[in-house]
Amino acid sequence: MLSVENLTSAYGRIEALHGVSIEVGAGQIVTLVGANGAGKTTLLRAISGVQPITAGSIRFDGKPIERLPSHDRVAAGITQVPEGRQLFAPLTIEDNLKLGAWSRRGADVTPEIARVYALFPMLYERRSTPAGALSGGQQQMLAIGRALMARPRLLLLDEPSMGLAPILVDQILETIHGLKRGGLTILLVEQNARAALAIADRAYVLETGRITASGTAAEVQVDERVREAYLGV
Amino acid sequence: MAEFLQFAFSGLTVGAVYALVALGFTLIYNASDVVNFAQGEFVMIGGMTTVFLTLAGVPLPLAALIAVVAAVAVGLSLHRFAIEPARGASAVVLIMITIGASIFLRGAAQVVFDKRFHSLPPLFGNDPIRIGGASILPQSLVVLAGAVVIVVLLWVFIDRTLFGKAVIATAANRLAARLVGIDTRRMGSFSFAVSAAIGAIAGILVTPITLTSYEVGTLLALKGFAAAMLGGMGSAVGAVVGGIMLGLLEAFAAGYLSSQYKDAVAFLVILIVLFVMPHGLFGRAKIERV
Ligand SMILES: Nc1ncnc2c1ncn2[C@@H]1O[C@H](COP(=O)(O)OP(=O)(O)O)[C@@H](O)[C@H]1O
Ligand SMILES: [Mg+2]
Repeated sequence: MLSVENLTSAYGRIEALHGVSIEVGAGQIVTLVGANGAGKTTLLRAISGVQPITAGSIRFDGKPIERLPSHDRVAAGITQVPEGRQLFAPLTIEDNLKLGAWSRRGADVTPEIARVYALFPMLYERRSTPAGALSGGQQQMLAIGRALMARPRLLLLDEPSMGLAPILVDQILETIHGLKRGGLTILLVEQNARAALAIADRAYVLETGRITASGTAAEVQVDERVREAYLGV
Repeated sequence: MAEFLQFAFSGLTVGAVYALVALGFTLIYNASDVVNFAQGEFVMIGGMTTVFLTLAGVPLPLAALIAVVAAVAVGLSLHRFAIEPARGASAVVLIMITIGASIFLRGAAQVVFDKRFHSLPPLFGNDPIRIGGASILPQSLVVLAGAVVIVVLLWVFIDRTLFGKAVIATAANRLAARLVGIDTRRMGSFSFAVSAAIGAIAGILVTPITLTSYEVGTLLALKGFAAAMLGGMGSAVGAVVGGIMLGLLEAFAAGYLSSQYKDAVAFLVILIVLFVMPHGLFGRAKIERV
């Protein structure tokens, strides 16, 4: 469904991605693990079109999208839950959700809003609260809910467990697994490799801008170097 | 008391204009992080275009409409050809660009129009209305009413429509706005268009009172900027309150001290805000990026 080939991207003169290639098949959870600063966020931002690339290609459903502006990529079916949530802090939960469906404006979005509230009942209870006043876990739920409002076919998640209590981490990852069972394709970036590998079908390891290992989640999980570097065993 | 009222009336009238210019600053700043010092030129284009079209025999309402459209066209071009290509440049560079645009527009106005002062006929004549011993021109009431209508319309639009929410969203978090599929460039164009229209309308309404010329924009931009700073850069409520307050301060300074001090008030306000309360009256911590 998504195929990234030889992607390079730079901040000024400093290259952060040195020719990254990954494949995400329809209906899969693919996880990208790697240490802080490896380039995971840069890759997701490049896929969403909010980070310029210097070379390489990005194909979605076989069509090149690397030249499309970010809003056209959302319309094509790719949405992102960015690192650090990035909510519209002054706006209410409900307005954040409505704006999540901006690419479908004009359409009736009540079914999607209902779906998000069913997924995260907490959001319904606090629907008139400004997003900035929510706790970390609630913010993460809202960020996921907002990304679902566009009815994506591919969901990019950038460290959804970051800064959350262990019990919330489990809950968020369970939700992500549930979305996959509902037919959504997911590219999941995590520093918490153990948790991500537990629900993923395939995995890539990114180190300082290069893919250094890949395979099924089971294969990567038993890779000696991965165990040492990311699983702490 | 009559004297006080008199100063207050004149302060409110110019304050309404400052408020509209400040509102233009705020809109553009929120949608695109640009402090647009060509904001005053929109006011000038509104007034001068209306003047010259009416001189050419065009009926006033049509002339005013064309003037607003002209200002919007200039605003959109400014965004498209000067601001957008410099996207990603530092705030200082963007400010330099808008100052350059302001100088350019003033120069162009000298050529297209002329260097003289002009007026427009007031809508409801020149007979002052007497209130509590003070008098107010009917046109002052027109300016105030115009400002109220614009502020209310803008508020309803921003607060009650999804497009308005998208404007707030873009201001609050540009990256997130792009990630939900908002075309932030179009939000930028939109803010320039609306700010230009607001400025032009202010220029048309106030010309019968204050006159207009090719260079009225310079001082207005400064006053509008001071008002926006006073209110807190980025706050629409702040822009309106800041504009009215600045207008009143100026009028009282001119009335009770000396009219020489009138224009110094704006400078003083900018300095005091910068040193004492950099977030202004209603501002958030956003100001640091200016
Ligand atoms: N805005 C930026 N400006 C300059 N360098 C950046 C910026 N963001 C990230 N980098 C650099 O790019 C590299 C990859 O960062 P990032 O993609 O955020 O990594 P990760 O998400 O894996 O932690 C790092 O070396 C980081 O220092
Ligand atoms: Mg990251």
